[in-house]
Amino acid sequence: MRGLPLAAWAYVCGVVALAAGLIATSSFADIDWDQLAVLALLFLICDSAPARLNVARARVSMSFAASLASVVLLGPSGAALLGFCAVVTGQRFFAPVKRVFNGGQLALCGFIAGTVFELLGGDRFHPEQARWVENVIGPFLGALVTFVLVNLTLMGGVLLLARQATPRELLHESGRLAVGCLGYGMVGLLIAGLWPRVGPFAAVLVLLPLLIARWAMDQAYVQQQAHAATLAALCQAVETKDYYTRGHSERVSRGSVMIAQEIGMRADRVEAIRYAGMLHDVGKLGVPTKVLQKNGPMTEEEFAAIQLHPMRGLEIVREIGFLDEALAGIMHHHEKMNGRGYPMGLAGDEIPEFARVIAVADAFDSMTSTRSYRPARSVDEAVAELRRCMGDHFDPEIVEAFLRALDRDPWVPPDPVVLPDDDVVETTRQDHDDPSAPLRVAGDEVRPSDEVRR
Amino acid sequence: MSGHGRARERAAWQTIDSGQLLLIATAGLFVVVAIAHVAAVGLRQPNIAIIFGVLIALGELFRMVMPGNREVAPIASAGAMGYALLVGVGPEGAPPDARLGVVAADHSALQVVAVTAVGMLIGSLPHIAVGRSPRPDAMARRLFNVAVVALCFRPVLSFDLPWQLVLAVMGVVVIASCFTDVLIAAVIRAEAVRARFGIALRDEAEAKMALCAATSATAMLIAVATTAMGEAALLIFTVPILVTQFAFRRYAGIRATYLQTVRALSRVTEVGGYVETGHSRRVSQLAVAMGRELGMSEEELLELEYAALMHDIGQLSLGDPIPGGATVLASPAEQRRIAELGAEVIKQTGVLDRVAHIVQLSSHPYRTGREARADDPSGDSAGADRPVPPPLAGRIIKVANAYDDLVGDSSDRDRGAAVLERLRLDSAAEYDPTVVEALSRVVDRRPRQ
Repeated sequence: MRGLPLAAWAYVCGVVALAAGLIATSSFADIDWDQLAVLALLFLICDSAPARLNVARARVSMSFAASLASVVLLGPSGAALLGFCAVVTGQRFFAPVKRVFNGGQLALCGFIAGTVFELLGGDRFHPEQARWVENVIGPFLGALVTFVLVNLTLMGGVLLLARQATPRELLHESGRLAVGCLGYGMVGLLIAGLWPRVGPFAAVLVLLPLLIARWAMDQAYVQQQAHAATLAALCQAVETKDYYTRGHSERVSRGSVMIAQEIGMRADRVEAIRYAGMLHDVGKLGVPTKVLQKNGPMTEEEFAAIQLHPMRGLEIVREIGFLDEALAGIMHHHEKMNGRGYPMGLAGDEIPEFARVIAVADAFDSMTSTRSYRPARSVDEAVAELRRCMGDHFDPEIVEAFLRALDRDPWVPPDPVVLPDDDVVETTRQDHDDPSAPLRVAGDEVRPSDEVRR
Repeated sequence: MSGHGRARERAAWQTIDSGQLLLIATAGLFVVVAIAHVAAVGLRQPNIAIIFGVLIALGELFRMVMPGNREVAPIASAGAMGYALLVGVGPEGAPPDARLGVVAADHSALQVVAVTAVGMLIGSLPHIAVGRSPRPDAMARRLFNVAVVALCFRPVLSFDLPWQLVLAVMGVVVIASCFTDVLIAAVIRAEAVRARFGIALRDEAEAKMALCAATSATAMLIAVATTAMGEAALLIFTVPILVTQFAFRRYAGIRATYLQTVRALSRVTEVGGYVETGHSRRVSQLAVAMGRELGMSEEELLELEYAALMHDIGQLSLGDPIPGGATVLASPAEQRRIAELGAEVIKQTGVLDRVAHIVQLSSHPYRTGREARADDPSGDSAGADRPVPPPLAGRIIKVANAYDDLVGDSSDRDRGAAVLERLRLDSAAEYDPTVVEALSRVVDRRPRQ
């Protein structure tokens, strides 16, 4: 926090001073100190072990539950005091200025939310009265939304003033954070509702399942990472034989994800296309090595063997519980817009979206990589080739999206291939992915797919 | 013995083992008695019964399968146990001198069983409608568990204990129910997958405890909240278990996908013509059966399965397939090279180091004597003198691989017996004799064709 701009310092001081002033001027006559102490303990325990969300800077912690419970049980002044406890949070690596600001802003949130709760009439009901849940849910939701809004605004303010974030990033992150905050905040109502009957034990009953859920989510996350790593390693193993295509799957996967994000696919579909891109050529293993290494024109049979590889790939991955879309993407990634691709000869919109995306990333990586019959092309040359094939081979919208993504996020082509020095290395002489050097088949002067443009 | 092996061809109800049958019969008896009782005396506080019945039915609708093919329905279990633990039904309309200021819940333990059974049945109907066959043993276990909780707790209420003590009894009962649940599940599992009881018990405890704790806590939460605030509380107080269910479903889904991925990608060696069709899968099935026979825990079995599926992945680095793809016929040095290459690939994942270790050592002979180590460049001189057998999982894969290489997918029993005999002759030096015996027992149990 060193080198904080002056405005940020002023802001932090202002928030803390306001919070201190509010606490100093409010009365604590009717506060149950035992309750406050137990809630504060709960707050600190929860705050010291915050839940990880995939948002870099901010973390949602279950201490939200304790804060909202205090809003209901203790009113504005109690909630403000509780918020101030964040100063002594157990989170390490927290600079003193962060601690003080955190305490101050949470105290403000608590006070304002508590005031809203009282204004909406939530404090007129007691959990032991009939119809408590029905009566209190409205005011509670009001207080909860207020709490989260004030919290996000105050945090956003300091990040903006400290120039650690742009407004656009903040808005994006806040949306995701707000969901987590609202969810944990709702738990506060459960704790408050049970408190008069079972005391702090309410927190155990409510938080135990949530802690276990969090543990399960962590486990799921670990498994997902392991899954992705295993998939990548196995794909790498498949292409290890061919020096020229090493890393191709990984790069096609990356390119496909870039396009998918650019055209605004949903997160789960992006995830599916990441895997589909990785696995798109796994069926190439079914193509005899002889065919791939052949120098010169191929026979019809050999070309047929190559054309079969998307089907072979599908055969291998069919049993993985993927989205069907990923399978379609793997099967049809060599279809062309003009209907002259393989294996089915689909045209235009008949080609699944995943396949159209993978086709572009696939061809682009093939062109920017070194091949035995030619050096790697530059990104500009490859872009020109993509443009030339737009409409006939590739979907123009996808190509445009890819070019936009390339502008923002430059492509890193693979290092030039260095073959080991011994003579036994066998290299492929053909690349079925390369649109600029189509496969030559004996007896055919020009492949039918190419006559359109030559 | 062979009855279990033929399970695939039989209807679901015919595959039930005696322990499961006993459990299902007991649960069925409970249901019959409970429904007869309710029919005779009538449903007490029907609106509460219906609300809990709906919750149980919904929970049953959203049941899920956890790793290890365990069917669970946390929402239904929490709802049913909450109903069993219910003390009161909220302050509305309570007489001024009522205990705790709430209307007492006066349903009997048998009514709990009846409501749970009906709820589970209704919740299962959509599953049956889409063609998913119900798992009677899992449902019976859930019902039995609820019945135990209800029968232990409902009578306690008539003693008019102070509230704190009631809470304590609740806690004890739900914790006890967790243990009985694990115990029953272990008995059934030990019988169904032929695992040893002690190991099944540990596996069950490891697999179930977290979810059991969450379910029990939520059951108490539901009971206390409904007692204090009436049935409206039920709606919002099931939220924690909903979150838990979501998290566990995600976890189970990813685990399943992971296994599917490894299974599917282990087939690349087949598609590439390196090994015979179905080799990896058959080796992994044999290896897991043998591992279970030899008392491995579920976690070790999973590693064994991964290693068995991927044991030939090193062949991908070879220029050309070994003739016939049978590594057992390759020279020891070549076998070792394939194993090393495979381990290298698996190590790339960064997460399956133990699996890589298993694969690496799966080509080593059982007795790693001096002459076997001589060609091993990595063997340091200190270790070369001391024969260290490879890990059990590695020895299992070596035997399973050799058996499948020599027998293939043939179901000819004579051929299998001849191969077993050959492995026995090689055992002690090449193969671990106890592992070969485990193989012979596993092969013996397989269906005759």
